[in-house]
Amino acid sequence: MTAITPDQLAGSRSLPAWRPGKWSLLLGIVVVWVVGYLVLQGRHALADGQPSTAVQDWFTNVKVWAEANRDTNPIFVYGFNYVRIALETFYPWVLNALTNIGWLGVTAVFGAIALIFANWKIAILAVLGFFSLGVLGVWEDSVNTLALTLAAVALSVTFGLALGIWAGMSARFNGIVTPVLDFMQILPSIAYLPLITLLFQIGPASSIIATMIYAVPPVIRLTAAGIRDAAPTTVEAATALGTTKGQRLRQVQLPMAKQTIVLGINQTMMAALSMVTICALIGAPGLGVTVLNAVTKLNVGVAFNAGLAIVIMAIVLDRMTTAASVRTEKVRRTGGTANPRRRRLVVIGSIVVAAIAIYQGRTFLWANTFSDDWTRPVTEPVNTFSAWIELHFFTATNWIFNTVTLHVINPLSNLLEQSPWWLVIGAIVAISLVLAGIRVALVSALCLGLIIVLGLWNSAMHTLASVLIGAAIVMVLGTLIGVWAGRNSRLEMFLRPLLDAGQVMPAFVFLPPCLGLFGVGAFTGIVAAVVYAMPAVIKVVIEGIHAVSATTIEAAQSSGSNSWQVISKVQLPMARPHLLLAFNQGVIYVLAMVAVGGLVGSQGLGLAVITGFAQSQLAGVGLAAGIAIVLLGVMLDRVTQGAGKVRRTSGAT
Amino acid sequence: MTKNRNTRVRVMALLVASALAVAACGGAKVGAANSGAPAGSGGSTKACGTVNIAVNPWVGYEANFAVVSYLLHTKLGCTVVAKTLSEQISWQGFKSGEVDAVLENWGHPELVKTYITEQKVAEDFGLTGNKGIIGWYVPKWMADQYPDITDSKNLNKYASLFKTAESGDKGQLLDGDPSYVTFDAALVKNLNLNFKVVVGGSEATLIKSLETASTQKKPLLFYFYEPQWALANLKVARVALPAYTTGCDADPKTIACDYPPYDLNKVVSVKFANSGSPAVNFIKNFSWTNDDQNQVAEYIANESMKDDAAAKKWVDANPDKWAAWLK
Repeated sequence: MTAITPDQLAGSRSLPAWRPGKWSLLLGIVVVWVVGYLVLQGRHALADGQPSTAVQDWFTNVKVWAEANRDTNPIFVYGFNYVRIALETFYPWVLNALTNIGWLGVTAVFGAIALIFANWKIAILAVLGFFSLGVLGVWEDSVNTLALTLAAVALSVTFGLALGIWAGMSARFNGIVTPVLDFMQILPSIAYLPLITLLFQIGPASSIIATMIYAVPPVIRLTAAGIRDAAPTTVEAATALGTTKGQRLRQVQLPMAKQTIVLGINQTMMAALSMVTICALIGAPGLGVTVLNAVTKLNVGVAFNAGLAIVIMAIVLDRMTTAASVRTEKVRRTGGTANPRRRRLVVIGSIVVAAIAIYQGRTFLWANTFSDDWTRPVTEPVNTFSAWIELHFFTATNWIFNTVTLHVINPLSNLLEQSPWWLVIGAIVAISLVLAGIRVALVSALCLGLIIVLGLWNSAMHTLASVLIGAAIVMVLGTLIGVWAGRNSRLEMFLRPLLDAGQVMPAFVFLPPCLGLFGVGAFTGIVAAVVYAMPAVIKVVIEGIHAVSATTIEAAQSSGSNSWQVISKVQLPMARPHLLLAFNQGVIYVLAMVAVGGLVGSQGLGLAVITGFAQSQLAGVGLAAGIAIVLLGVMLDRVTQGAGKVRRTSGAT
Repeated sequence: MTKNRNTRVRVMALLVASALAVAACGGAKVGAANSGAPAGSGGSTKACGTVNIAVNPWVGYEANFAVVSYLLHTKLGCTVVAKTLSEQISWQGFKSGEVDAVLENWGHPELVKTYITEQKVAEDFGLTGNKGIIGWYVPKWMADQYPDITDSKNLNKYASLFKTAESGDKGQLLDGDPSYVTFDAALVKNLNLNFKVVVGGSEATLIKSLETASTQKKPLLFYFYEPQWALANLKVARVALPAYTTGCDADPKTIACDYPPYDLNKVVSVKFANSGSPAVNFIKNFSWTNDDQNQVAEYIANESMKDDAAAKKWVDANPDKWAAWLK
C-alpha cells in the first residue's frame, strides 16, 4: 500500500517482531471470552438478589436508622440539619424575590443585567427568551427552576471562588483538590442522589447540595488556573514594588484572571441548570418535574414544551455569561470603556427601567402573573406531529428498535450477564491490563469485585452493555462528523454553534424526542445518550484533526496519497491522543445519560436508583446502585484514560 | 463630574416620572384576585387557606384529586396546591409538612406503622369508597386461546410466548411505575417462574402495551389494577396466583401469594386534621364508587381534558353525589 505507516508517522519505536500487537491480544481475549460464554452459558452467572441482598438490606437499615434518628442524633441535629434548614430558608428567599417582581420584573432585570454586563444584542435575546418562557405557558415552573439554579450558582461561586483562589496560590492545596475535582466530574449526576437524600431528605435543600457537587468543579478549576496563569512578569513586578500577598491578589492576579473566572461561572451555571432539572427525581420543583411527569404519561408534547423552555433558559444564561466574560476582557485590555458618559447613561437607564418593571410586577396583576391569553404552548402541535410520526414511521422506528435490541443490545448484554462472573472479570481485567497497564487492571478488578459485593452484578452488566454500545455509536458517528468538519471549515462553521448549544443542554431535554420516536426501552435510553454525548466527542475530534500540522499533510499529499489515505494513514493516527480523549469523554457522558434512561424503560442500575427513591424497603438497593454506577464510571474512566497514556508514552520513546 | 451628575439626575427624574405615569394607569392589583370571597355554604367560620394535596402517578388518583380540588376551590375558596409525588414519598411529606392529604392510599402497612402509630404525624381519614385490586393479567384473547393460562402454575409452559427484546430468553412480566405497590420480583423468584420483571416505567406504558396486545393479538403478561378506566374498552383476564391468606404477604422476601383486596382510604397529616379548615371535613366526607372514578379518569386520560374541566363535567352531572361531602 503506501510507504507511510502510522507508527513511523507517530515517531514511535516499532515493536519487536515476536511480540503480539495490542489489537491481536485484545481480539484473543474477546475470543476466549465468547468461547467461554458459549460453552459455559448460564453457569456461574450471577443474578441480582431479589428483591434485595443482605448488603443492600444493610444500606436500607442505615436509611431507616437515619430517618428514625434525624431529630435526635447529634450528627444530624448539629450538622446536616443546620445545612438543610439554612438552604430551606435561602431557596424560598430567592424564589420569593423572583415571584414577587412578577414576569415583567424578572424579564427586565435579566435584560438590564445583560445590557450592563454584556451588550444590547444579548439584552434583546434575554428579554425575548424570558418572555417566550411565559408564552410557552410554563412561567411558574421556569421561575422555580431559575430560582434553584441561581441559589445553587450563588453558593457554588462563593465556595468555588474561595477554594479556587486558595488552589491558585498554593501548589500544595492544588495538588490535593485536583484529584477530588477529577472524581467529581466523572460522577454521573444520578449516582449520588441517593446518598444526598439519605443525609438531607428530599426537597429543594438536597437538590441544591446535589447541584453544587455537580456544578462547583469548573469555577474552582478555572479560578485557580486564572490566578496561576496571571502573567508572571507582572506579578513579579508587583512583588518587586513591595506589595503584600493580599494586595497582589486583589490588584494584579484577580483582575487579570477575571475573564477565566467568568468563564468558570458560565460552566458552573450550565452544569447547575442541567442538574437542577434532574433533581426533579429528589423533589426539586420546576421544569424538570413537568418533563418527568410528562415522560411517565408518555405525553411527548408536554415534555417537549417544558424541554424547549429549559433549552431557551440554557441559551439565555449561556450567552449572557459568555458575552460577559468577553466584555470583561475587552474592558481590562482597553482600560475602561470608550465612552464613559454613554456607558453611565446605559447603566442608569437599565437600572431605572428594571426598577419600573419591578414596581409594575409587584403591583399589577398583568405584570405579575403571565396572562393565559398570551400563552401558546407547543404541546398540541408536537403531539399531533408525534402521532403522525408514530402512524407513518412506526414500522421503520420499530424495526430499528427491534433490530438493534435483538441483534446488538441483547447479544452483548447476554455476553456480559450470562457468562460466568469470573470469566467476565478475567476478561475485563485482561483488557485493562493490555490497554492501560497493571495499576488500572487492579482498579478494574477492585471495582468489579465491589459491584459483586453490592449484589448488583447483573444490573451493572446490563448498564455496562448499554454504555459500551452507546459509546461505540458515539465514537463512530463522532469520528465521522469530526473528521469531516475538521477538514471542511464551512461545515465546521455551521456545526460550531450547534455543538456549543448541544453541550450546555441539560440531560433531561433529550428524553422527550427520543421517547416520541422509539417508545419505551433500553434502545431509547441509548439513543438519548448518544445524542447527549455527541457534541463533546465531535469537538475533541475536530481539535485533533486541526492539531495535525499542515506540513505533514502536504508531505503525504506530495508523496501521492489521496484524501482517504491522508485521513486513514495520517490524520487519524496522528489524532490518536485526541480520539482516545474523545472516547474517554464519550464513555463518561454516555454512562451519565444511560443511567437517566431508567426513566424511559432502560433496566439496570439507573432504574434501581429511581426505584430506591420510590420504595422505602428498596432504599438500600438504590444507594448500592448509586455506588455501583460510580464504580463503573471510575473503571471506564481509568481504562480509557490509561489507554491514552500508555500509547502516548510509547509514542514518545 | 458635576456635569455628569446633573445629567444623571435629569435622566433619573425623567424615568421616575414616566414610571409613575405608567403606574397610574395600571390595572388589577396583585392580591386583589384572591379577595373573591369563598362561596362556602352556610357561613363557614374559618377561611380555608392552602391545602397541599399529594398527586400520585396514576390517572385514577388524579381523578380523585381533580374532583376534590375543583370542589375545594370553587365551593370552599381553598387554594389547592398539587404535590406531584410517588406514594411513599407522599407519606414522608406528612412529616416534613409538605403534604396535607393523600386521597387514595393503597394499604402500606409499614408506612401506617411508622407515620400513624409511631410518629403520630398522620391520621387515617376514612375510605374513599373505591375497591382496589392488584394482580397479573393477560389480554382476553389469550385466555380464550389458552384457557389454562389464567393459573400461574401453567405460566412456565407459556413463558416462550412472552419473550421480548427486553426479557431475553425468559418470558416478560411487564410492571408499571417503579413506585407502585409490587412484590413481582419476589413472586417470580419464589414461584420459580421462568419470567423476568421488566419495568415499563408508568401506567401509560402499561395501557399502551395492553392496547397493542389487544388489537394486534400480541402476547402480554402484565401488572395491572382496578379501578382502571382503560378496562372499559380493553378486555383482560386475571392470572390467579396462589390465593391470598392473611399474613402471607408479611415478609416481602418469601412472599408467594396473590395481592390482597384493598379498601382504598384517605390519609391526612395530623397538623391539617387539627387546622379547623373547612377542607378537613370535606376530605373526611369524600367518598365515591369505582365507576365514578373511572368516569373522571376517562375524561382526563382518554379525552385529554384538564383536571378542572374533567371535574367540572362530572360535578355538573352528579350534583347529588358531592352535596353530601360539603356537610
